[in-house]
Parts: sequence; structure tokens; C-alpha cells
Amino acid sequence: MSELLDAFQLAFMQRAMVASIVVGALASYFGVFVVQRRLSFLGVGLSHAAFGGVALGLLLQVDPMWVALPFTVVVALGINVVTHRGDIAGDTAIGIFFAVAIALGVVFLALTPRYTADAFAYLFGSILAVKTSDVWLVGGIAAITLLLLPMWGRWAYASFDRDLARAGRVPVQRDDLLLSVLLAVTIVASVKIAGIILVAAFLVIPAATARLLTSRFRSMTILSVSIGSFTAAGGLVLSYVFDIPSGATIVLFQAVLFFLAFVFHR
Amino acid sequence: MPAPAVSVSDLTVRFGDHRVLDDITFEAHQGDFVAVVGPNGAGKTTLLKVLLGLASPDNGIARIFGKPPRESDSGVVGYVPQIKTLDRSFPAQSIELVVSGLYEHWPFSLSEEDRERALDALRHVDAEDLAERALSRLSGGELQRVYLARSLIRTPRVVILDEPATGIDVVGSTDLYELLDDYQETHQATVLMVTHDWNAAYHHATHVLLLDGRQVGYGPPETALKEECLREAFGHIGHAHAMMIGDRHE
Ligand SMILES: Nc1ncnc2c1ncn2[C@@H]1O[C@H](COP(=O)(O)OP(=O)(O)OP(=O)(O)O)[C@@H](O)[C@H]1O
Ligand SMILES: [Mg+2]
Repeated sequence: MSELLDAFQLAFMQRAMVASIVVGALASYFGVFVVQRRLSFLGVGLSHAAFGGVALGLLLQVDPMWVALPFTVVVALGINVVTHRGDIAGDTAIGIFFAVAIALGVVFLALTPRYTADAFAYLFGSILAVKTSDVWLVGGIAAITLLLLPMWGRWAYASFDRDLARAGRVPVQRDDLLLSVLLAVTIVASVKIAGIILVAAFLVIPAATARLLTSRFRSMTILSVSIGSFTAAGGLVLSYVFDIPSGATIVLFQAVLFFLAFVFHR
Repeated sequence: MPAPAVSVSDLTVRFGDHRVLDDITFEAHQGDFVAVVGPNGAGKTTLLKVLLGLASPDNGIARIFGKPPRESDSGVVGYVPQIKTLDRSFPAQSIELVVSGLYEHWPFSLSEEDRERALDALRHVDAEDLAERALSRLSGGELQRVYLARSLIRTPRVVILDEPATGIDVVGSTDLYELLDDYQETHQATVLMVTHDWNAAYHHATHVLLLDGRQVGYGPPETALKEECLREAFGHIGHAHAMMIGDRHE
């Protein structure tokens, strides 16, 4: 136990812990809209799109986070534009952009002299890789999200009934765009903790668990955020104790709660 | 003279090269109850969408109290949609849906006043007992009542309803039409209702707008619902006209 406390005296563990909790909270906050709007695939698509950005950063030898950020936002906007303009369904658009981003990522990596170790840290997550600038990024997104808390009611309304929201003059399309951009930046900010492969789970599992346990959207949101930050903190500790990657540990922890909720709810 | 509650002139709407509405012109004043009647695909829903500012006309104008629909003051128009695009799995109670009509966003919490107003609106449609019910556990007809309560919560001066009786039983739909009559009389409101129920149109409406892409007729039910007109709009009408019986409700 005292060993564990000692570990959290270390600067990198403190950074990882702060980033984990905030990222866990953010992802599970946006997760309630993702789950209710059936956008899980968008989460998967955007996180894999982040891979393209990370690879480009490795190739250009600049901090991959700062390349992945605009790259993923552009992909999110692209998916939105294609879906809104033509007869292309959302999942089709995601399927296309997702593949293109991965293909670009593979090409960028192939062009990069030595890449394997670095790329692995992003694919599977690595708390050792969490830098002070990453904590600032996470903090910045959290601040913006707090400022945008009044959007909750509009996003919820459009999640509930899009046409009704439109008839009530909610700028649904603009709101969707904002939600996609925030999803994209949250996903990128979560990559070092969760890993590209598992980020989408952060969006989906806590919110789905909360959905099982509540019957109001408000309580679903509050519970989802609580589960998201609690499992992120707990998972990080477990990952340190058992010396296994943080992303997988947190996701497995979330999954245990989900199945418990599934089995025991009414 | 005050601007009419609803005015539409030379309205044309196209989807691609298909003219869905062609040259529609009519006016409805305060206290009018307009039934919009016509076969499937006649453009009834499209007309309502134009009046709500959800679709733009290719030609002609639509006004609500003299203003373009998108600029009319909020709360002036109450709306009950035809196809509910709602997410049935959305975790919510009926009363929250009703309150959403007050603010046009999803309520995070309900104040005592919101709750009272919502209960009042639900009582109005005889659905007070549904207040705490989860939306996922409402029957089609019950959901329709909740949507109706929602549309009336701000006592709109214009109520636009797209087949509101769908899924409501015979007694329930009669109650619904009487409720609309009553609402229209007490508030001098204008009701614009799409319906496939000729009987209801005949007995409750002050005006009938008969559509089939173009405007087949507009006027009091006795003239607009004449057999020739209906045949013109619907083609073959069988014995349907003979079934429209009884005295008109005043
Ligand atoms: N978004 C759209 N894009 C293309 N065509 C459309 C669109 N919406 C409606 N239409 C077409 O416009 C016509 C009129 O549709 P509308 O929904 O207004 O009919 P309606 O009178 O309400 O029919 P119903 O009685 O079946 O509800 C139909 O032929 C329909 O296919
Ligand atoms: Mg219709």
C-alpha cells in the first residue's frame, strides 16, 4: 500500500492520474450522446482516424498529439459534410474516412525511419508517455466543455427527437458539428491513456452502464460521468499494481461494471 | 384589419423536378379550424413544414400573422408532428417531454412552476396519469396525447397538427376533436389539422383545404367536401362519401 502511495508521489504518475480522471469524465459525458444517438461507430472511426494524424506527426518529427488533433477534427468535419450533403449514410461516410485515415497512417509510418516503439505507445496507450502538455490539453478541453454545459439541453433534445428540435428552431446541424469536433478532440486527448484501439470504449461503456441503471437522461449523464472517472482512476491504479497497460485495464474494469449492471438491474 | 393567422399565396414546392405543392393559396383567421384533406403524397405534411419554417417554398409566400414562419415569435405556433422521429429508448418521463415545449431544449431539472404547467397541459388532454410514465412505456395513442399536451403548453395562437388522431381509439379521437374545438373557442386560436378522417373534417372544421398536389378546393366543409371535389382529389372514392353522415357540429 505504501508502495502505491509512493508511486503517486512520482510526477509522471500524478500527470497520468489527473489526465485519466479528466479524460474518463469527458469521454463518458460525450458518451451519453454517442450512445443515445447510436454513434458508437463514429467513436471507433474517429479514434482510428487519430492514427493517421499520429503517424503523420511521427513522420514529421513533431509532437504527434498536435498533428492528430487537427487531423482528427478535419476527419470529423469531413464525415459531417458528406453525411449532410448527399445520400450517403453516416456509417458509410465513417467507413470511408476511417479507411482513408488508416491507409494514410500506414503510408506515413512506412516512410518514417524508426517508428515501431513510438507507434505502439499510441496504439495501446502508455501512461509513461503522458506529458505536461497533454495534461494542459485535457484541462483545456475540460474547460471548454464546462463552458458549453448549457449545450446539454439542446444536444439532449436533438438526440431525443431531431425534427422536433428543428421545429423548435434549435440549430441542429450546427450543434451536431460542434459535438463532432468535441468528440474528436476528446478522443485525441484520451489516446495516451486508452490507446487508439480502445478509446471508443471510453465513450460507450460508462454511458451504456448508466443507461441500464437510470430512467432519466439527466441521471444517466451524471452516473456516466461518475463511472467514467471512477473506472479511469481505479483502472490506472490496477494497471500500476499488476503492471499491465492502462487502457486495457480501465476498459476491462468498465466492462465488469457493465456486466454487473446488466445482470443485476431489475 | 389584422394580419390573418395563416396566409399562403401562390405557394409552390418542388423536390427535384417533382412538384409536391403547386400554386396553393388560402387564408385562415383567428378562430378558424382548417382541416387539410387529401390522398397520401398530396403534400399535406410538406405544407405544414413550410408553415413551420422547416421547408422553403420554391415560389410564393407563407406567413404566420404576417411574418415569415422562421421569424414568427416563439410560442406562437404549437406543433404535433405526423411521424415521430423520437428515440423511443431515450430515458425520460412524459412530463419532461411536455416541459421541453416550454423551452425548446431538454429540461435538466423541473421547477415547481414548470411541473404545474405541464400537469395542467396533460390534464387538458386527459393524460395527467401519464406524467411520471417512462416514454418507452407509452402506447402509440398515449404518446400522441403527450405530444399534444406539449404543443399546447404555451397556449399557442396557431396549432398545427399532422394526423393527430393516428393511433387514438374512436372515443379518444372524438375527445381529441372536441378538445381542439374547445381550445380554439376559448383562445380564439387557429387550428390547422391534417386528417384522413372526412367525418372529423366535416363535423369539426370551419374550413377544409382539399389538396392533391394542387389545390382542389378551399371553403366550408359542405362545399369543399362535395362528392365531385373528393372524386377529383382522390380519384375513385367508392362508398366513402356516403359514410360521411350526421349533423355538423357548431
Ligand atoms: N424530403 C423529401 N424529398 C423528396 N421528396 C419528398 C420529400 N418529402 C416529401 N417528398 C415527396 O413529396 C410528396 C408529398 O409528401 P407529403 O409528406 O407532403 O405527403 P402527405 O400528403 O403528407 O402524405 P401522407 O398522407 O402519406 O402523410 C410525396 O410524393 C413525397 O414522396
Ligand atoms: Mg403526411
